[in-house]
Amino acid sequence: MTAITAARAPVATPAPAAPTVPAISLEGVSKTFRSGRETVTAVGKLDLTIEAGEFFSLLGPSGCGKTTTMRMIAGFEDATSGVVRLDGKDVTSVAPNHRDVNMVFQSYALFPHLTVADNVAFGLKRKRVPAAEVKQRVADMLELVELAGHAKRKPGQLSGGQQQRVALARALVNRPRALLLDEPLAALDLKLRQAMQLELKRIQREVGITFVYVTHDQGEALTMSDRIAVMNGGYVAQLGTPAEIYERPASRFVAEFIGTSNLLPGTVTDASSEGSTVRLGCGADLRIGETLDAGEAVDVTVRPEKIRIGTAEPDPASSRVPGTVADAVYLGSATHYTVRLADGTEIVVFRQNADDVTADAIAAPGSPVWLSWHPTHSYVLPENSGPTDATQGSHHRA
Amino acid sequence: MSVIVEGAVTGTPAPPRPRRRIDWGKLFTWTVLGWLFVPIVFMIAFSFNDISGRHNVTWQGFTVKWYGQAFDHADLTQALFHSLAIALLTMVIAGTIGSLLGLALGRHTFRGKGTTNLVMFAAICAPEVVLGAALLSLFLLMGVTTGFVAILLAHVMFTVSFVAITVRARVITLDPKLEEAARDLGAGPWTTFRLVTFPMLLPAIMAGGLLAFALSIDDYIITSFVAGEVTTFPLWIWGATRVGIPPQVNVMGTLIFAAGVLLAVINVILARRQASRGRP
Repeated sequence: MTAITAARAPVATPAPAAPTVPAISLEGVSKTFRSGRETVTAVGKLDLTIEAGEFFSLLGPSGCGKTTTMRMIAGFEDATSGVVRLDGKDVTSVAPNHRDVNMVFQSYALFPHLTVADNVAFGLKRKRVPAAEVKQRVADMLELVELAGHAKRKPGQLSGGQQQRVALARALVNRPRALLLDEPLAALDLKLRQAMQLELKRIQREVGITFVYVTHDQGEALTMSDRIAVMNGGYVAQLGTPAEIYERPASRFVAEFIGTSNLLPGTVTDASSEGSTVRLGCGADLRIGETLDAGEAVDVTVRPEKIRIGTAEPDPASSRVPGTVADAVYLGSATHYTVRLADGTEIVVFRQNADDVTADAIAAPGSPVWLSWHPTHSYVLPENSGPTDATQGSHHRA
Repeated sequence: MSVIVEGAVTGTPAPPRPRRRIDWGKLFTWTVLGWLFVPIVFMIAFSFNDISGRHNVTWQGFTVKWYGQAFDHADLTQALFHSLAIALLTMVIAGTIGSLLGLALGRHTFRGKGTTNLVMFAAICAPEVVLGAALLSLFLLMGVTTGFVAILLAHVMFTVSFVAITVRARVITLDPKLEEAARDLGAGPWTTFRLVTFPMLLPAIMAGGLLAFALSIDDYIITSFVAGEVTTFPLWIWGATRVGIPPQVNVMGTLIFAAGVLLAVINVILARRQASRGRP
């Protein structure tokens, strides 16, 4: 994550007023289930606009409503309220077989009794595409996913990664308005998953189709997405580009769900229109960009890789706190430090073992160190967002 | 392993060979297999018995002439024809109804599902004598003439549960996402059934149908209640025991057995091929 300059940019990116109609739009869509006598809200009132050609991720922990949202776009779940639009057309009550979107299932759901080629041709045949064209498009698509030699095989004879690519080809060959992917890489091992992430991104660029990607893996979402909607409890906690979401999480939930965050408890001692001063438990003062109320107890957030660690006293203009190394874990390319402050608060610091860092420069546990960072890297987060905050990425306290 | 190595190193003689142990598992397996197959072997052997007279109970020499004269007893042939016709029709009708029933029970939740399950198991558990007697009085009450149609109705009635249970077991293991995938790719509900659900259920439907066929063709008890003037193969044999069973019965038994084995083997091969393709 090097896009530090983006940190001060406004967090919310309302979709630019594009001249084209959005590929998918959800307007006040909600879904409630009846479980016994109780009514469970899977998705709250959701407003989402997904642009044509975008790689859009729905990211969140299990049960956050991301899969239900996708299934409402596909037509497998009826929205309890609201309107689902594809290309501006209201499809809220249209059956899944009449919606111009295709889905890649987590379990792949390949037809085991059909060959790879027949699986891929399934959708085209339903649309009564001429046989010669079907053959050509299936061949092209198998070429794209690098399975040209496997057309005659049955899905059971393929590896997990190959099946995954067949599932992708089977959906993409129909040239849908949007491709919906439901945790498609979850069943693959780490190496293959990382390779497939890049592969998916490449394919998306080549075919130019809108991808809606459901995942609980924040790394996956950050790697591939143009924009991410972080979901929690049926609502969108934050919507933005990967850099925006990582650099300026809108709530504590987002900060903790994406990457690692340090939370430093403190009290606001001084506040003006330019910003506030927060006194931490250890006695150090930090300058914060947000305007807060004096006397308020807050948690200051800072990402571990933004923090510099050293023995020399840093520039007083930077945000700085003294501490003692509690633990140092050498990971090869980086070292992860845990530093204890005077009041017992622990701060995690990631330091790249770069050119200027020699092995013996690694601070041993027990040694006193200074931690410092640019003041823009620390900020105060509001509590977890609720329904009223949905979809609006920004949670700045004005 | 370590014992042998140690022996080799220290030079002590290898331990004495353990005394031969009886493999009880193997013995038990062969006993059961023998128990099952010896009667069938006798039936087949006596279809080659060169008897002179009425009684086919002692071995008198080898011949294949009964196979040439297999259909010499017109009434026996007629009875066999009845049995085959009823069994085939039962297979088709009970196969269809039972499959649909199994699909509904495995896939959907509906009012009366529990009752349907209960009735199905009751039909399997009820003693055949009771079923036969009950069916006879029901048919008499409803004015259904005993005979071919009555036998067919009775056979469908008692085999349909077996088919439904077989198919239901398969439906439960079927990934519902497969049908969603078909819908997603533009197939309507009927096309989805025709191209995805049905082919996936076919092995179970075939197994259920064969079960219905096998249950129908050798049913004696229920059939004897509702047959009226019609004679089926088992009924004819039972009637013939009083005067002596002709070797043609053994011949037909052997042929039916051979056909059954053939069908079972085909079914196993198909199911196995399906399974080896089907692992996702």
